[in-house]
Amino acid sequence: MSLSASSAPSPRGWRARLAGATAFRFESLLVLAALVAVMAVLSPVFLSVSNFLNIVLSTSVIGVLAIGMTFVICSAGIDLSVGSLVGLSGVVGALTTANLGLPWPACILACLAAGAFAGSVNGFLITKGGIPPFIATLGMLGVARGVALVLSNGVSIYGLPPEVVYLGQGRPLGVPTPVIVLLVVAFAAHVALIHTRFGVYAQVIGDNEAAARAMGVRVERHKVLLYALSGLLAGLAGLLFAARINSGEPTAGLNYELTAITATIIGGTNLFGGRGSVIGTIIGAMIMGVLQNGLNLLAVQPFYQQIAIGAVLVLAVWLDRVNSAEGWRR
Amino acid sequence: MSLLELRDVRKSFGAIEALRGATFSVEAGAVVGLVGDNGAGKSTLMKTITGVYRPDGGDIRFDGASLVGKDPGEIRKAGIEMIYQDLALARMRDVAANIFLGRELTRSVLGVKLIDSKRMRGEAEAMIAKLGARVKSVTQIAGQLSGGQQQSVAIARALTFNPKLVIMDEPTAALAVREVEHVLELIRTLSGHGIAVILISHRLTDVFAVCDRIVVLRQGAVIADDPTRGTTMNAVVAHIVGAAEPARQGEPQ
Repeated sequence: MSLSASSAPSPRGWRARLAGATAFRFESLLVLAALVAVMAVLSPVFLSVSNFLNIVLSTSVIGVLAIGMTFVICSAGIDLSVGSLVGLSGVVGALTTANLGLPWPACILACLAAGAFAGSVNGFLITKGGIPPFIATLGMLGVARGVALVLSNGVSIYGLPPEVVYLGQGRPLGVPTPVIVLLVVAFAAHVALIHTRFGVYAQVIGDNEAAARAMGVRVERHKVLLYALSGLLAGLAGLLFAARINSGEPTAGLNYELTAITATIIGGTNLFGGRGSVIGTIIGAMIMGVLQNGLNLLAVQPFYQQIAIGAVLVLAVWLDRVNSAEGWRR
Repeated sequence: MSLLELRDVRKSFGAIEALRGATFSVEAGAVVGLVGDNGAGKSTLMKTITGVYRPDGGDIRFDGASLVGKDPGEIRKAGIEMIYQDLALARMRDVAANIFLGRELTRSVLGVKLIDSKRMRGEAEAMIAKLGARVKSVTQIAGQLSGGQQQSVAIARALTFNPKLVIMDEPTAALAVREVEHVLELIRTLSGHGIAVILISHRLTDVFAVCDRIVVLRQGAVIADDPTRGTTMNAVVAHIVGAAEPARQGEPQ
């Protein structure tokens, strides 16, 4: 790492300015464009409007998860439980109407509360229990999935109220509701990450936790809030997923944590904490969506898609390591 | 009444007694040197004052109020700033953000408190200029600055909020000779403005140059507390290494 005092002013111009505001990585846009170009050539239906809506629709669940993941990774943490929380919250939400007969707002609240509660448990295990985030959320990955299967007896729970189903299947002005939800969440999260103490402290904790504590940031409390937020957004993603397929599915969101982490890292959020970008994360999620959609259109078996996602994650981190050798990242 | 009063402050980490009842006080505007060998408990004592650690026993009073149980943010608000040896900077954030770390200026937009980066930059610039620090721009990333520049940022942060007491942990250890003189001059200036300073340093020449009093910490307790004029370098060194003191029973080593 270079610490020279009189290093020349950054030669990168507008790119540096763009990156100065956020950790947004310009290259991710190029990757997305290149991927779209390749898919457009390979598949004649790829560039249709309906397929585009398909992609953003399937991206919305991952996108919401990845936004929560962005905050957690910024703080040098990780949340492996989000995929399981998609399943758990969908089941809990479906049960409130299907079994308890409660009205539709209760279904929505139950989904969000299930996610936020599990996320808070993660946060307390990590701060009060001193358990590393990787282990605490890995445990929650198992527990939440298990609870979802127990509550549902391992079968899908049908019978969501129509108001909730509209959240997944509605198309106000032709735009799928989940996409609108994603955009609203992304806007709020972007402002929160860059322009509020909540987001900045998340990044400072990942940058230098001891400094954050010494300067008066309530690090432990803040971490609990970050994992609760990640859980809350996983609950929202679970709600969108259940609403889209009109059922609480205990196996919903399987392996989604892998895709969400990949989207976050591709978008430029530093895997080791300190800096992150919601805009980058959305682009990362789009990359994952285009990749999966394209592979589907090309009739590539889902097994290979898993290979592709895993490879992309490792590739993204490797590129980050190569880049950081010349930058200021630790 | 003293500005800062420590009475019988104790702190253990597991079986290790880092502080075995430290007692001393600092008057307003005084410069107190805190010296001692590695592991004597200097850093633990300072982190107990700043609220990073909670004392197991004893009392710490500042401006008449007890600090025990307060968190680092509240203690900064009370008027105690510390310049840590590692400087405690967020390396990926810019100079302005570091100076206002933990005390960000905000403006309210639709009921949401947004960080007012523009105002923070302006005030950070003014502070850097006032200190005569050689930092080109407050939008530079802290991790890209030289060691001396990083220290300027840490000092600017400590002085921006009108502290009554500034604790400096080895501020001259990593500096070139000319920069050392700058820091010592700063300490004299602070004292002249009625701001008390606790200087932790291994460099006894620096301590003798600026301090009114020298407190020696040994194995978690204060074993000497003399006016600088009433002691000598040899006496202080003897206290630090324990040569001036009859061996106590049951001590490690």
